[in-house]
Amino acid sequence: MTTVGPPAPGTTRLDLGTLGFEQGAHLLLARALRGTPRGAAVEVAGTDPALLPHLTAWCRHEGHEVRAAGTGSRDAGRGADTGGAPVVAYVRPGALADARLSGAARAGGPEPERMAERAPLHWGLAARGALVEAGGPDVPFAVVDRDVAWTDLAPRLYRQATAGQWDPYTAVDWDEPFTLPDEIEAAVVQVMTYLVENEQAALVVPGRLLVQVHPHFREVLQLLAVQAADEARHVEVFTRRALLTGGGMGTSSAGGRASLATLLTEPDFSIASFLLSVLGEGSFLNLLSFLERHAPDPVTRRISHLVRQDEARHVAFGVGHLEHRAGVDPRLHGRLRAAVERRHDALIGTAGLNRDVFDSLVLLAAGSWAPEDIRRGWQAVARLQTDMDDGRRHRLSRLGFPDDEAAELSALHTRNFM
Amino acid sequence: MREEILLGAVAYDPKVVTIWTGFRAWLRDQGLPFDYVLYAHYERQAEDLAAGRIDAAWHSPLAWLRTRRLASAAGVETRPLVMRDTDRDLTSVIVVRSDSAVHTPADLKGRTIAVGAVDSPQSTLIPLRHLAALGLTPGTDFEVLRHDTGVGLHGDHIGGERDAARALMAGAADAACMIDTNHLLFGQEGTLPPGGTRLLARTDPFDHCVLAAGPSLDADRAGRLTELLLSMSYEDPVVRRLLDLEGLTQWLPGRETGFGQLTEAVDMTGFYDGDGRVTADGYLP
Repeated sequence: MTTVGPPAPGTTRLDLGTLGFEQGAHLLLARALRGTPRGAAVEVAGTDPALLPHLTAWCRHEGHEVRAAGTGSRDAGRGADTGGAPVVAYVRPGALADARLSGAARAGGPEPERMAERAPLHWGLAARGALVEAGGPDVPFAVVDRDVAWTDLAPRLYRQATAGQWDPYTAVDWDEPFTLPDEIEAAVVQVMTYLVENEQAALVVPGRLLVQVHPHFREVLQLLAVQAADEARHVEVFTRRALLTGGGMGTSSAGGRASLATLLTEPDFSIASFLLSVLGEGSFLNLLSFLERHAPDPVTRRISHLVRQDEARHVAFGVGHLEHRAGVDPRLHGRLRAAVERRHDALIGTAGLNRDVFDSLVLLAAGSWAPEDIRRGWQAVARLQTDMDDGRRHRLSRLGFPDDEAAELSALHTRNFM
Repeated sequence: MREEILLGAVAYDPKVVTIWTGFRAWLRDQGLPFDYVLYAHYERQAEDLAAGRIDAAWHSPLAWLRTRRLASAAGVETRPLVMRDTDRDLTSVIVVRSDSAVHTPADLKGRTIAVGAVDSPQSTLIPLRHLAALGLTPGTDFEVLRHDTGVGLHGDHIGGERDAARALMAGAADAACMIDTNHLLFGQEGTLPPGGTRLLARTDPFDHCVLAAGPSLDADRAGRLTELLLSMSYEDPVVRRLLDLEGLTQWLPGRETGFGQLTEAVDMTGFYDGDGRVTADGYLP
């Protein structure tokens, strides 16, 4: 306890009543001290029997100066005269009261427009716009530059994504009756098996990207989190449709898995987003339209429709991000091109699309084994591949690739579609 | 003479490693050759400081008194360098359950009083000396219920004090002794129900830990270490993390005025003899 002399002019009174430091009295004292000018004191009154030792212990820890109100002095009975609690001590704010925030800085502003271009690692998990105490551990997020992951579309896409969430158990009428010939049902099951495998890749990749990004760019994390949640639902509905009629799953080819595995190993945020969302999920938009059009049953039609809506948002984010990055990084096009070529080279010795999947798509579009129907189905799948190519070239053009280069890169895309 | 200043600290908690590793790095960054060693208890640290096997020690108040006596007997010098702002003017309290029939210290006659470990200044030695000064002799006028957790750590381990508080609430004791800070802590954490205890007595203010220099630390190096520690600023985020762990906002010059009650307690109980030998009954760190 330090002797601080008689109360200075401007001393403020804090009457704690029966409240003790065991039950939060320090909140009131801290508040009173915050409003007390340097040199002035807070006169603390209260009736808790342990008030003085507890107040003294708390102030010692906080660096505040305490003078106990003396018995028998002019302090004694103060307050009691006016019907209030007796004065127990005088407290002066310590010189170090605000030292904890010395060197603290705002982590940008809460709005996207005021985010920092580069987020320091020591901001860690702090909310954007928070007053961040200096020090603290560096949290090693790989993506700390806004332009490496950002698009101005992110806040709006996140709002759309949350509004567009659907419940896999109620958004589809799973009990709607239908009967399919065994071989058509088997084709549906095979396509569903393929879709589950691809959606699992599309679930893992945004999960991996999410943990790389500094939370300062929170809308990107939020969007990736919803994207992963979308894919989790897709895995659910495709699995459920595959098993709906009581059979097992179809086949998984080595070539298909090899193609997807190359997506998992891409460390760069923009390139991973390019390969997965722009090229892979972009191609899937055509595939899902194809399935919605040629679905032999209402459940397959419905889930293809629902999933396509989500995938369109994923593609919009990928394209939006790469447009943003291409605007600030002139070397991006060369790196994207190299990534497509590298992936093509890595997959050159593999079979690409699972043969069973291709045949199933033909049969679904044909609707029967009649030779003329098969011819029509074959042509529909050929048209699907052309549509996928057109879509990729269109998106590559949007990213600034000249038409001939866009055509060349689209042709190098994996035969597995994703 | 060692070039480095070698300091001893007692490993009463895993955080001690973080604290002294941090201080070591900071002091070396300031150009002071500094290293530290850890001890399992204060008695060996006090002996090693007086014997010059270490140059300085982060000492409990009891270890400081013992070092003083050992050094005096050996004819060598020791001195306090710094202490924490939170080491000055502490008090201990003797509390009873709020519904207790004990209303004055004299009512404790024939009762049981829970204390911390045998070597705890704040929850055993000083409060028992306080009661003795009020005319109540421990073991004669009342029974002492000791809680020997972390013996040799001189009360740094809070477990003994918390057990004393629990014994009070369980009815195994009529009163319990603890430092003011821990009475507040136990109320906040619920070991003692808020308002469930009543203060029976409070000791006079006393001082606690000391960073002490031994005979092997010359004045120049002692001065440099003192100057650097006093310059540590709570505004520096690197230092602040360590000061928060060690429980201070600034280092203050060491002083010897706050150890009177503990000195009397040591003599009253025969804890150490005049030459610093351990003479306490049943004390086995």
